[in-house]
Amino acid sequence: MQKTIAGTTVEVNEEGYLTDMSQWTTAIADAIAAEESVGPLTESHHKVLNYLRDLQKQSATITIRGVGKSGVVTTKELYDLFPGGPLKKASKIAGIPKPVGCI
Amino acid sequence: MNPKHLLILGGGTAGTMIAHHMRRNLAAADWKITVLDRDEDHYYQPGFLLYPFGHYRRDQIVKQKRDFMPKGVDFQIAEVEKISPDAHSVSLKGGSTVAYDLLVIATGCRTAPEETEGMLGAEWRKSIFDFYTFDGAAALREKLATWEGGKLVVHVTEMPVKCPVAPLEFAFLAESFFRERGMRERVQITYVTPLTGAFTKPKAAKKLGHLLGDKGIALETDFAVEKIDAEGRKLICYDGREVPFDLLVTTPTNMGSEVIRDSGLGDDLDFVPTHKHTLQSLKYPDVFILGDATNVPASKAGSVAHFESEALSANLLRHIAGQPLVEDFDGHSNCFIESGDGKALLIDFNYEIEPHEGGFPFAFGPMRLLEESRLNHLGKLAFRHVYWQILMKGRPLLGISRIKKAPANA
Repeated sequence: MQKTIAGTTVEVNEEGYLTDMSQWTTAIADAIAAEESVGPLTESHHKVLNYLRDLQKQSATITIRGVGKSGVVTTKELYDLFPGGPLKKASKIAGIPKPVGCI
Repeated sequence: MNPKHLLILGGGTAGTMIAHHMRRNLAAADWKITVLDRDEDHYYQPGFLLYPFGHYRRDQIVKQKRDFMPKGVDFQIAEVEKISPDAHSVSLKGGSTVAYDLLVIATGCRTAPEETEGMLGAEWRKSIFDFYTFDGAAALREKLATWEGGKLVVHVTEMPVKCPVAPLEFAFLAESFFRERGMRERVQITYVTPLTGAFTKPKAAKKLGHLLGDKGIALETDFAVEKIDAEGRKLICYDGREVPFDLLVTTPTNMGSEVIRDSGLGDDLDFVPTHKHTLQSLKYPDVFILGDATNVPASKAGSVAHFESEALSANLLRHIAGQPLVEDFDGHSNCFIESGDGKALLIDFNYEIEPHEGGFPFAFGPMRLLEESRLNHLGKLAFRHVYWQILMKGRPLLGISRIKKAPANA
């Protein structure tokens, strides 16, 4: 389905996650962050978002552990930056799919 | 001319299946096939889910690997110390080396409780249990036989884990187990997951989201465990949340085999970077990876290893013939999900298609996808025989195609 975020029309799934990561912009990130009560986005947030987007481009599995061990931020910092669910919020703001299980 | 050598590391579910496929397709005069494994026991791992609740005898779920090897395959017990793809060889404990022309890595995955502070220690297998190993399942069976109730916490440390639905099934089975024993009111059950919910995919969430509430199972989501306070009996999240327990059934971090790390072949969880549609190593053309040892974004499960083994055998034959590989492994997976009270769900999905409703294996059924039924539970029980008698003997599963069929109403 389509949704207009920050003045741009993008493809999203039923939970509001972008389905085409190339449509992402930092303005879209700011708008989704505000919806998710995250931010305003700082350089630390963007470091995490860029890291997640890089992982997604490589089709790598994204886990809290992986981010925590990456040297980008510690796991505690990740929770501080994206309170209440770092993976679901950070992936949504980064314009990539939500990490899921098999059902 | 001397025959060439296909070496398979691991004689579990994945290694046994590929050994059958390849022995059937390669002439003995052209190719010698060897399977190396470090131990003799072959576990029917789905049995670990029911074993803690008093189902099965040991001999129904533990057999000997060598008994499932096809004729003409050399099965040896040996511990591989290092894989050297540049030299086309592996070195074994004791100093010898084995050369290969083609290598299949099927070394599986293991639980790594040492990765979480406080998991191993005085309370391990006293109030903290896992059921992903036979020893863990057996210890938990003994515990549950006499446990008098309290706070049961069923926990997933982090993804990916083998058989990702098993912890949720454990919670459902525990709920009906305690009810049948007349002690349900003395047990509080909480399911703790690092994911955003017990069900994370929209169709399954919509159809099955009510199950936990119906069964009185509490849910704690987005929970990344920082450490376990074993003495204080609580799980502690990085964001400060605490979940107290009297009995913790955890799923420790899953990692690939130690030999993958020792050989420098893995990612940060020791899984081998693998092409998700061909199963070839991303780095070494003569190395292929099968089953739980890969890093592909499919479930770590026997059904995936089964579909992968069919795709991989065709690609190994192409590789041997000098033909291009075909990128057609689609991440197909299916599994029965025990939901308690003698019922089960059935799901079928791949990389692209999420679990959906419909008939299985045919449009008319007889089984129904994404619905609870008695028939699905009987299917799960019958599957143990299918596993030992059909799958581990390399015979085809009739009616179930390797490539996932798109649902009619997608």
